[in-house]
Amino acid sequence: MGGRPLLVLALLSSAAADAIAQHPDPNLGRNLAAPCANCHGTNGVSRAGMPALAGRQPSEIARLMQEFRSGKRPATVMHQIARGYNDDQVDAIAAYLSTQKAD
Amino acid sequence: MSSLSRRGFLRSSGAIAAASLLHGCAAPPASSAKTIGRVVVIGGGYGGATAARYLRLWSGGAIEVVLVEREAEFVSCPASNLIIGGSRTLADITRTYAGLADRGVRLVRDEATRIDVEKKRVLLGRGDDLAYDRLIVSPAVDLMFGEIEGYDADARMTALTAWKAGPETVALRRQLEAMPDGGVFLIAVPRAPFRCPPGPYERACQAAFYFKRAKPRSKVLVLDANEDLVSKPALFKAAWNELYKGTIEYRNNTEVKAIDARTRSVKTDFDTIKGDVLNVLPPMRAADIARNAGLTTGSTHWCGVDWLSMESLAHKGIHVLGDATLSAPAMPKSGHMANNHAKVAVAAIIELLNGRQPNPQPVIANTCYSYVDDKEAIHVASVHRYDPAQKTMVVVPGASGVSAARSELEGTYASGWAQNIWSDMLG
Repeated sequence: MGGRPLLVLALLSSAAADAIAQHPDPNLGRNLAAPCANCHGTNGVSRAGMPALAGRQPSEIARLMQEFRSGKRPATVMHQIARGYNDDQVDAIAAYLSTQKAD
Repeated sequence: MSSLSRRGFLRSSGAIAAASLLHGCAAPPASSAKTIGRVVVIGGGYGGATAARYLRLWSGGAIEVVLVEREAEFVSCPASNLIIGGSRTLADITRTYAGLADRGVRLVRDEATRIDVEKKRVLLGRGDDLAYDRLIVSPAVDLMFGEIEGYDADARMTALTAWKAGPETVALRRQLEAMPDGGVFLIAVPRAPFRCPPGPYERACQAAFYFKRAKPRSKVLVLDANEDLVSKPALFKAAWNELYKGTIEYRNNTEVKAIDARTRSVKTDFDTIKGDVLNVLPPMRAADIARNAGLTTGSTHWCGVDWLSMESLAHKGIHVLGDATLSAPAMPKSGHMANNHAKVAVAAIIELLNGRQPNPQPVIANTCYSYVDDKEAIHVASVHRYDPAQKTMVVVPGASGVSAARSELEGTYASGWAQNIWSDMLG
């Protein structure tokens, strides 16, 4: 049980990395971060009740996502969401959100 | 801007839109940016409003956007069951379209009655029409009243579905308030797929929450056409047992085939069952505007789409969002999902209008919160990615699940979700 999700993630990660290397897309981070807005506000600018993501350091977002994924950080829902993204995708999301104005 | 003056602005911008329509469709572009195309959006719900706003945001104002919506204001279906329970008002879940007008979206308050696929025009109820380069259709569902014998216009005056949030939701609450203690509130759940899979079960919780306080001898009777609860079965059953034992009764595999609003009863193949307030949800299909344009695919009642762009499999240049789509595996008909569909469609439309190919690897997510009382909530969540081999969206392995248990923390998240998604779609 413990090893299998990791293997799946590793496989996904390498396939996705190959595809990204072949098709560099300037909007990849924007597109991948777009679903975050549903709970965390447009471009990570939260209006109420949820932590803001805009303007946070990429390394911080990447670390949090890793901790949600591994279960190290307790969560109600983010451990389920975080497992939907591989490291490259998380990096693209984190890079995009870090450039957004926190206002 | 105060909400009052925002409303005033909305009215005047609507009036300008209507006036320009009277003088033909050549309205001036809403910004000075070079226009790369015009997109008409049918439906200002979770899918359509998100699409309208993000078309303006992501194109930097280079896409002219016209939003056709028949209602003056947005009323959220998610959270509307709290009106049944009594902890929210209609005003709490209502928002104006003023933020979209501020963003340069042209608002046309009218009903889209027909799509002329050949001429690329949308015909409106008042007789005008709108030309488009690309069309987004986000009309949600129509209810198939004809599938239930006796569910005619008269019956619908008293047996309310309240499956589109608005005055009917408030009217249903009034019926429960008027019901004597000891009465039965009967909820009939149609065969899946239907809009908002957890909705009927959340509604049962909300009615029971109200009864427990105000009329404790009353009951909620859920007649479900499906084998089991369609969403979050274990969590809802736990709430029913622990919070509302003896108040909620659930019967699976019980499909309502006929309704008699005068005697306030329904019929299944085996029984006649009486209730004091009837809430019979008929089976659902993609709304008529989509059906009549030939957007439903195969032998289904739903619109098949290319998940890379949300473009219709039946007609090029038309993108379908939200509940009306033929859902990918394990993808619910939810507002959250419609919002995500919109973002995939918008990204693709911008690429296509610029002569490029859409993103080959879209990833989208869903979270549906349900309140079991006035404070505690539960969720179901999933992440979906495009699978090129199957040409559909699939749930990423391991990336889905439900709440460990109901909690007040999730209740605050549910409320934050609503505030943030409403601002994400409406500004």
